[in-house]
Amino acid sequence: MFSLEKLVSIIQAWLQSTLGDPWAYIVVCVMVGVAAIALFAILGLMLVYMERKVAAHMQIRLGPNRVGPMGLFQTTADTLKLVMKEGLTPDGADKFLFNLAPFMVMIAAMLILAPIAFAKNFQIWDISIGVLYVAAVSSVAVIGILMAGWSSNNKYSLLGAMRSAAQIVSYELSAGLSILAIVILSGSLKISDIINSQADGWWIIKGHIPVIIAFIVFIIAVTAETNRAPFDLAEAESELTAGFHTEYSGMKFALFFLAEYINIFIGCAIGATIFLGGWMPFHIGNWEAFNHVMDFIPSSIWFIGKTVFLIFLIMWFRWTFPRLRVDQLLNLEWKYLLPISMVNLLIVTLMAIMGWHL
Amino acid sequence: MFLKEYFKTVYQTISSLLTGMRLTGYYFTHTKEIITQQYPETKPALAERFRGEVIMPHNETNEHRCTGCTACELACPNGTIKIVTKNEINAEGKKKKAIDTFVYRLELCTMCNLCVQACPSDAIIMSNAFEHSVYDRRLLTKVLNKPGSKIMEGVE
Repeated sequence: MFSLEKLVSIIQAWLQSTLGDPWAYIVVCVMVGVAAIALFAILGLMLVYMERKVAAHMQIRLGPNRVGPMGLFQTTADTLKLVMKEGLTPDGADKFLFNLAPFMVMIAAMLILAPIAFAKNFQIWDISIGVLYVAAVSSVAVIGILMAGWSSNNKYSLLGAMRSAAQIVSYELSAGLSILAIVILSGSLKISDIINSQADGWWIIKGHIPVIIAFIVFIIAVTAETNRAPFDLAEAESELTAGFHTEYSGMKFALFFLAEYINIFIGCAIGATIFLGGWMPFHIGNWEAFNHVMDFIPSSIWFIGKTVFLIFLIMWFRWTFPRLRVDQLLNLEWKYLLPISMVNLLIVTLMAIMGWHL
Repeated sequence: MFLKEYFKTVYQTISSLLTGMRLTGYYFTHTKEIITQQYPETKPALAERFRGEVIMPHNETNEHRCTGCTACELACPNGTIKIVTKNEINAEGKKKKAIDTFVYRLELCTMCNLCVQACPSDAIIMSNAFEHSVYDRRLLTKVLNKPGSKIMEGVE
């Protein structure tokens, strides 16, 4: 059976035998870096295509269907166009920060990739505080956005960036609290421990209603943190032209655009890992035959499937829900999501102490 | 009481959002609902009253209904129509005014339909044809009456 774990161990053993200790390690590091960048490029292309197709079908349209079979190469063509375009820096801009900002956003997105488990034993860095690391680094992206807004020397950019800061700082709270619910249940911050605790059932099934509430809060917070509609106030096409990236063009704009989709992927990957069991197959109690059939599906397919399902859910939100105003956005967080997730956290703690979960 | 209101808002919000998601989910899964018309491959289904251009219908004996009254020319808000009249001698030896050329400049036309409404003898109508692109703009100045055509018998 195909598994990424075997592939990695074969490559690692071969490198170890041919190159020796320090060089094998360096080559592995370079390979991981290249693989991460390649993954980002492919993800960007595929997710933009998926978004456009999903949006089109939800609005009774067809979506891109001219470039390549079913329009598959449309996003490649768009990217080529963006690469060809001039990357203009405005005259009054703070040039250093202006050019640095897109890379900040991208680097913040890349850093969160480290603790994500793509398949069984296939993880860049199984850090012991994985969930804390994710929660901490995911709020670094706001620095890049603030930087872009400030350095553009444009009132719309600055407004968009300030809104984005308020939004991400607020929603980080309820995202953290809903992740904490699972940390309490599984008793570990380590991603691999959290996944292994779901071997006999995913937390969303084992944890009853409190975990489902935590999951809903988490999905809302992820949508808000990635600055997507219905929480796209940082971009706010109708009010602020394009918010914090109004002044960006060419490849620098493409980096912001890519970072948005990478952040969606990462948010959904975290959600899939924590609530839906990551690469863990779907198991039902004592049904041996059923469980064996489920085990036969590679763990990477399980992970990708769950993540794509969550991404689809977020796209579904975007193309259905009306946008929120700034005050409504903050009301939703501070008056609804935060109190609900706090009470929910108490209930989850009680559940974990009493052992009510399955 | 406050808590009751609070949870009522939460419930109403979630249920109304789910209603919306059900509709978009329905559209997503039912591809037969798609209304996009793939134009170059398939001809679009146009409404009967779609205004593509002004035409002057002629019958099989090459006769039209235009008397040359220039009501359409006067009605046109942007000078699209120019009528050149001539005097014709009919069978009884009387002089009669008739059109020489009915000039229609498609590039100026906004398809407002005012000329068609102004016409007292229903000589011009709007047609559905919309594929007007040409490589030379002079081709957009059209003469609507066909060469050698006459006014229909009994139209005054």
